[in-house]
Amino acid sequence: MTEALVQVENLSRFYQNNRAINHLSFSLKAGEVLGFLGPNGAGKSTTMQVISGNLAPSEGEVSIAGHDILEAPKAAKRHLGYLPEHPPVYRDASVDEYLRYCARLHRIARGQVLASVDRVKQLCGLEDVGRRLIGNLSKGYQQRVGIAQAIVHEPQVVILDEPTVGLDPIQIREIRELIRTLGSQHSVILSTHILSEVQTTCDRVQIIRAGELIYSASTESLNQGHESSVKIALRNPVPPDELSCLAGVDHVEALEAGRYRVFLSANSNPDALVTAAVQQQWGLYELIPEQQSLEDLFIELTHHQEATAE
Amino acid sequence: MIWVIARREIGAMFCSPLAWILLAVIQTILGYMFLANLDNYFLLQPQLMQLENTPGVTDIVITPLMHVAAIILLMIMPLLTMRSIAEEKRNRTLSLLVSAPLGMSDIVLGKFLGLMLFVFILITMLMLMPLSLYLGTSPDSGKLLSIYLGMLLLLATFTAIGLYLSSLTENQTIAAISTFGVLLMLWIIDWLGGSVSNGHSVLSYLSLLRHHQSMLEGVFNSSDIAYYLLLIVGFLVLTIRQLDRERLL
Repeated sequence: MTEALVQVENLSRFYQNNRAINHLSFSLKAGEVLGFLGPNGAGKSTTMQVISGNLAPSEGEVSIAGHDILEAPKAAKRHLGYLPEHPPVYRDASVDEYLRYCARLHRIARGQVLASVDRVKQLCGLEDVGRRLIGNLSKGYQQRVGIAQAIVHEPQVVILDEPTVGLDPIQIREIRELIRTLGSQHSVILSTHILSEVQTTCDRVQIIRAGELIYSASTESLNQGHESSVKIALRNPVPPDELSCLAGVDHVEALEAGRYRVFLSANSNPDALVTAAVQQQWGLYELIPEQQSLEDLFIELTHHQEATAE
Repeated sequence: MIWVIARREIGAMFCSPLAWILLAVIQTILGYMFLANLDNYFLLQPQLMQLENTPGVTDIVITPLMHVAAIILLMIMPLLTMRSIAEEKRNRTLSLLVSAPLGMSDIVLGKFLGLMLFVFILITMLMLMPLSLYLGTSPDSGKLLSIYLGMLLLLATFTAIGLYLSSLTENQTIAAISTFGVLLMLWIIDWLGGSVSNGHSVLSYLSLLRHHQSMLEGVFNSSDIAYYLLLIVGFLVLTIRQLDRERLL
């Protein structure tokens, strides 16, 4: 077989006559973290449900570690950990009971269940809540239990559907940390609509819209390819032309009164801009570096498609 | 794997008060009836002594008791089976089982086995009452065995039907009511037999009551066993098909 762990080929999925996924093809290599981006209703969750075997594909093929999800579902699912949008937790079970049950379901030998459960509890920061009922835990902890469930059997492929929804900023940071750790041993597919999350955690990003893959690239090339920009605010506004003729400045976009978005040329920094501002007394009081290349791209792509669709 | 799911099922049942309350209510009511039947038997005993070929204590005390037990359980079993799949669908926990390396048949059989463990406990507790008769008299052991087996098969059928109807909906109340409706319909389906002469044999063959009655009387008929097994296997297969089908919708 190929070295790709997850191979999706020409996948389509209909809900009655509604096409949720339209001839989607992609693959996931070992040790890769793939970010799935898309507006609401783009087909992210459906794709993940199909890959995890919760929905049958209408057309096309999905194989995990060389096993077809329809022809050899049990073999394929052995290599898979899945966290759906709503964590599938039993509210009436304690965290320990639940994770032990999941471990057994995933055919971990009886003698190794406790060790596996302890390992994921430590990984997901659940040591202190082991004896508590899941129903009494906060949303963030339930989400962690959901993630723990997906990785308890150390699958080669982990699929996480919006893992950071409903978490507080500290938890989000912890979960991202966790996902990065996972990425070193497992392959991860991650869906989200938080763009910065993809930028910080993923090796590769895919944007889908209306069930079609419209963009796919590594995040590294994404960060390099785009020029950086800074947002500045001046107390004494000047015409944009005056800014754009400075060294290292590519072009300038005037925003509301006294505010500008300055696009810098590649590999330069806003030194000249600051020096000029001080010398000519523009009253520079705000300078914010912008790293929104992915967001720009996302909006550009999804918007562009919308325009052509109309 | 089936066993893992079954254990979780029975564990969840006994974690909530539901299982305990069901056991307590059934045991109390039937215990009282057992007492009343026994009392009745003592009143009748002098007259029975004079008859030839008298019905024994099993016929007078146990058979009517188990007949009532079957009717009470017909009303109670839907409450037990309603949550098994409907709740997992409502709470979206079914995907945990579906994305684990299990077949749909493992899931359904696991659920069925879990419920059957409860049924087993229930019937065994009920059978303790007839067994207590061994202290004072000598009941018909063969008949008791037939009754035990009859109850087990009957409740297994209730369970299989309940499991199927629970797989059709997310709403536990709907599952319970429709299960109750189907069970009651199967129970009374031969009432029409008197007026419709042609359909009579078919309707009475379909009736749960007829098959149960003969086992209560100690008649171990293979056609009764076949009837129960057909229903059980049939509804389990339907449940598996239903869960499989939902992935396509």
